[in-house]
Amino acid sequence: MSTLDKNMSLTSEAPDNINTVQKIGTFIGMLGLFIIVLAGFNVGLPNKGLWLTIALTALIAGIALFAKGTYKNKLEGIKNDGVWFKSISSRGYLAWIAGVGLTGFYIVLYFFAELLGLGVNGAENTGVVALFDPLSRLLSGNAASQWFVYGTLYTVAILAFGIKFLMKYKHNRYEQLRTVSVMFFQTAFAFMVPELMARLNSDSFSLPYNDLKNMWPLNYYAFEQWRVDQFINAETIGLVFLLFGVLSIFVVSPILTYKYGKRWYCSWVCGCGGLAETAGDSFRQLSDKSMSAWKVERWVIHSVLVFSLVMTVATISTYLGYDASKYWLTKDMFLIGVAVFLGLLFAVIWYFKKEELAKDARYGAIGYLVVVLSLITIHYLSGKELFLFEAGKLRSLYGFLIGSVFSGVIGTGFYPILGNRVWCRMGCPMAAILGMQQRLFSKFRITTNGGQCISCGNCSTYCEMGIDVRAYAQKGENIVRSSCVGCGVCSAVCPRGVLKLENDSMNGRIDSNQILLGNDVDLMDLVNKN
Amino acid sequence: MEHIVIIGNGISGVTTARHIRKLSDKKITVISAETDHFFSRTALMYIYMGHMKYEHTKPYEDYFWKKNRIELKRGFVKTVNHQEKQLEFTEGDTMSYDKLVIAVGSKSNKFGWPGQDLNGVQGLYSKQDLDALEEYAPNNNTCKRAVIVGGGLIGIELAEMLSTRNIPVTFLVRENSFWNGVLPEGESEMLNRHIKNHHIDLRLGMNLKEILSGENGKARAVVVAETGEELPCDVVGLTAGVSPNIDFLKESGIELGRGVKVNRFLETNIPDIYAIGDCAEQHEPIGNRRPIEAVWYTGRMMGETLAQTICGNPLEYKPGHWFNSAKFFDIEYQTYGWVFANKKEYETHFHWKHEDDTKCITVAYHKDSKLFLGINTFGIRMRHEVFDRWLTEKRDIDFVVHNLSEANFDPEFYKKFESQVLSEYNNQSVSV
Repeated sequence: MSTLDKNMSLTSEAPDNINTVQKIGTFIGMLGLFIIVLAGFNVGLPNKGLWLTIALTALIAGIALFAKGTYKNKLEGIKNDGVWFKSISSRGYLAWIAGVGLTGFYIVLYFFAELLGLGVNGAENTGVVALFDPLSRLLSGNAASQWFVYGTLYTVAILAFGIKFLMKYKHNRYEQLRTVSVMFFQTAFAFMVPELMARLNSDSFSLPYNDLKNMWPLNYYAFEQWRVDQFINAETIGLVFLLFGVLSIFVVSPILTYKYGKRWYCSWVCGCGGLAETAGDSFRQLSDKSMSAWKVERWVIHSVLVFSLVMTVATISTYLGYDASKYWLTKDMFLIGVAVFLGLLFAVIWYFKKEELAKDARYGAIGYLVVVLSLITIHYLSGKELFLFEAGKLRSLYGFLIGSVFSGVIGTGFYPILGNRVWCRMGCPMAAILGMQQRLFSKFRITTNGGQCISCGNCSTYCEMGIDVRAYAQKGENIVRSSCVGCGVCSAVCPRGVLKLENDSMNGRIDSNQILLGNDVDLMDLVNKN
Repeated sequence: MEHIVIIGNGISGVTTARHIRKLSDKKITVISAETDHFFSRTALMYIYMGHMKYEHTKPYEDYFWKKNRIELKRGFVKTVNHQEKQLEFTEGDTMSYDKLVIAVGSKSNKFGWPGQDLNGVQGLYSKQDLDALEEYAPNNNTCKRAVIVGGGLIGIELAEMLSTRNIPVTFLVRENSFWNGVLPEGESEMLNRHIKNHHIDLRLGMNLKEILSGENGKARAVVVAETGEELPCDVVGLTAGVSPNIDFLKESGIELGRGVKVNRFLETNIPDIYAIGDCAEQHEPIGNRRPIEAVWYTGRMMGETLAQTICGNPLEYKPGHWFNSAKFFDIEYQTYGWVFANKKEYETHFHWKHEDDTKCITVAYHKDSKLFLGINTFGIRMRHEVFDRWLTEKRDIDFVVHNLSEANFDPEFYKKFESQVLSEYNNQSVSV
């Protein structure tokens, strides 16, 4: 080991010298970043629209050019050479710089937006936010906010690194289509449409910023009173949006997840997933594959789900309670409805799929159900605005802990250290719901190709969700895991053609028998007897 | 409690240990001189290429062994004393066993070339080989050129590895086309072109004469037998096959051929001593198989079989239909059933190659009965389960070519080639 380690230092041997195209790309990209930083220092840039255009174009062009330099003159194939030698992708010095930088950016963004130049109390924007004013005015007609700055940069990142990903996987049509899809949904649904919709707003008509694909509970404020009121007040169009929001949770998502697995959302549509798959692609190998990480994952993500559920129910029931005259749905109906729904859901799972649940999953499910139902009961009986905790406080605690710290600061800021899907794996309540369905009621699986696995470990290493894919593949078992987002990279990096993402019948989808083909048939019977 | 001692912690030995544990409560010890824990030998190349770290190549986390009460012993067995049922290690300590499993794998072939033991001259089989490569070929400053001798699976892997660090590679292949002892002509020639596309200096029909020594007993150059040309280099890869790593057994009384001689129950001539994996040699070849099968999959199968025998359920090693796989730079290869480069007298081939020169298939069938014998597929993934079934069902080539889409295992949205294959098949059938 020692000789090996010695050679894995920064200065090493890996082909990490960059070529001319990469140098030009770096220069252009840095130029774009530099303009934005300059704006942050309130250098009075004249003609902000022009400078912003230059900055964003330079960012995208720089990243794309760097990627071109990386992959030009290379034949189609897997491009993971030197991943564990490069500082940025192996938790080296550059990775820590990037991690600290990103984390700092998120802290400023969420908690100290005025540092970015956000005009407070009606004041004019300055600094970085002011730089983005021209684009914001062009789209929505309003001045920019820190969220507009973030949304723009976010979209730029997905587009630029999406181009890089497309070049990297030019031989793989699944990866190509999936990437084009997330680039489209981010640009159109998360960015352009809501901004343009804002143009419809006037004194008498207003819709909330509405990213149609951003479903509850990932969008934890989806059913807050101000949003619901806005939708209702906007009459037909608002009600359509509100109805779509509800339908997508209870109808659209279950159908798509049944047919295709949670990947239809997590790696084809979702914005968080989009960023992870593009800008975060260089960090996918950093996810923790240990059994202990998997245990932590299951408890944490389902706890977040319960937290978000309780918080949402508390919030909604509170405003249904004190503003009862405004809504046809009463607080009592709502609470009873939630309790009945959860009870039924639990009963269905228990009845049909009990055997497929591990012991801790059963305990966890029962425990959480009891907690949620008793909270609802207490709330119902007490008849006050209290939900043990005050809904508003619960809401802001959730917003702070989960919405800001977990999904933003840790989830994205720590990409270069913890990997690109920490939020999706450990925190996203939406992923928890989709995952539960994927594990129990879906046609999706990763099929293992007979006995061809050589246990090399590429699949597990490059699984961004930290699934030990090899553990299944080397036994000839299909992979059916709730956390799998169907990115397809395990299948891509497999040197022996062992893995294939598929939607097929439910029968035989999970078969824990050891089916190592090419073996003696009688022997396999014996092995499976135990 | 019966003590099962397994020498070798590769796929064969570890599979045996795991299955014995599943079936019984016996005491199990696995000995290795190579590494503390089981790792995937097939993944060594990816460590050098920077795709993975050594830790990633371990299929089981380190706690696994203790949890399953499989004891691990680091040491090199010097002698086996079967009268006393005792092993002696080079360190001087000893270990008793009740049953002994020899699963020591292979070593790289050296055919007595002058200079073959110089520094910088090595095969690529063990973790130590990888460490040596890191020492002598860390980058293209220390290693200005490498010469690889021997055109098989390990040779081409080594070429790929070195090229990822921009080290120029000259690849000496004895045959007049890459791996054409195993692959039919069309496939072998496609790979020649693919190798050259990766900027490897492929020299076909060339042999090594000698390796010249520089300072400090380090290789300096290679002399080519046919041309007398002297190729300056810093590393020489010897990849002309492997052979059983059994020198330590010479005086043991265990019957040896090229490997440890075993019967179908994987028993040696000495009671309670077994041999499996790369180092085992069948008295009689099984079907079309070679008496020594140095393949990951067969090692795994032998391990499973032997575990049954050791746990009181004597079972013959009865492998099913042959299969194998490899990857040549960017081209994946799978094979099911038998396709011979030198066709058997009853054998005919149907060959299709895509115009992009990275995909092809060869289907072998019986020239009279049209019985499907096997398939080689390059650049298109196929389903093991389907071909295994077709071989068992004794399908004919017509059926196979017409139903090829059922066997396709490429990722979703990939371009399909079944109709091209079919029309090519129909064309060839007409013209014959």
